[in-house]
Amino acid sequence: MNRTTIDYTARVENELDLTMPSLSVNEGMARAAVAAFCAQLNPTAVELADLKCAVSEAVTNCIVHAYRDTAGDIRINVKLCEGRIVQVEIRDKGCGIADVKKAREPLYTTDAAGERSGMGFTVMESFCDSVRVSSRLGRGTSVILLKRLHQA
Amino acid sequence: MIRTNHQIAYDDRDGVLVIRLSGEIDHHSAVNVRTHIDEKLLAERPARVCLDLSAIDFMDSSGLGLIMGRYSLVRRYGGNFTVIDPTPAAKKMIDLAGMERMIPIHYTHSERK
Repeated sequence: MNRTTIDYTARVENELDLTMPSLSVNEGMARAAVAAFCAQLNPTAVELADLKCAVSEAVTNCIVHAYRDTAGDIRINVKLCEGRIVQVEIRDKGCGIADVKKAREPLYTTDAAGERSGMGFTVMESFCDSVRVSSRLGRGTSVILLKRLHQA
Repeated sequence: MIRTNHQIAYDDRDGVLVIRLSGEIDHHSAVNVRTHIDEKLLAERPARVCLDLSAIDFMDSSGLGLIMGRYSLVRRYGGNFTVIDPTPAAKKMIDLAGMERMIPIHYTHSERK
């Protein structure tokens, strides 16, 4: 996979904000909405599928881990930037991640009983060009996915 | 409300239970799919189980947990478990997890509908 350095400060050409409650039924809506918004850049089917998968993982993490048995808001911000860069931020105000480095390790999960595979962050990293995670215990987590689309 | 479009179809032939999943497999749909399949597996304990992924439109890592969980259940009661005909969406996840090292993946190239 081509990993390129991506400018996080690239000029924003279009932007979408979404807020939804942490209901699992919203997982499909979230990835479909992001994909629909990105469609204006004419991404390939594979690029769109990768983005949907990465968004699905991040949103699922909010529902399964950040809010666990509680409920809260999930905020999604999508920026279409100069250079055909898609930036998707998925934020929650849930419990936060104690050890982000550990959480990003393949197959690491705190919910094996729930049949979580521990592959969420690995999927995001594999399907995007860059994944930034910042988290504070008791405050919440922000995941920023960056994907550069093919040059038209 | 968005309805997650998942379906399960069973085809029991000569002691082989084929479970055909279709639509989108994510954390939301996996919960129901898992419950439904496990009820059938535990009630019938088929000696051979084929999980047919030829009609999967979308699958994220929740699908990996779903496959691994059914594989473990079938193996626990002494059965044989195989995945057949994964679509590119499903195969990409299977490859990422290196699942083929543990679970046999077969391609039938049939025109089953």
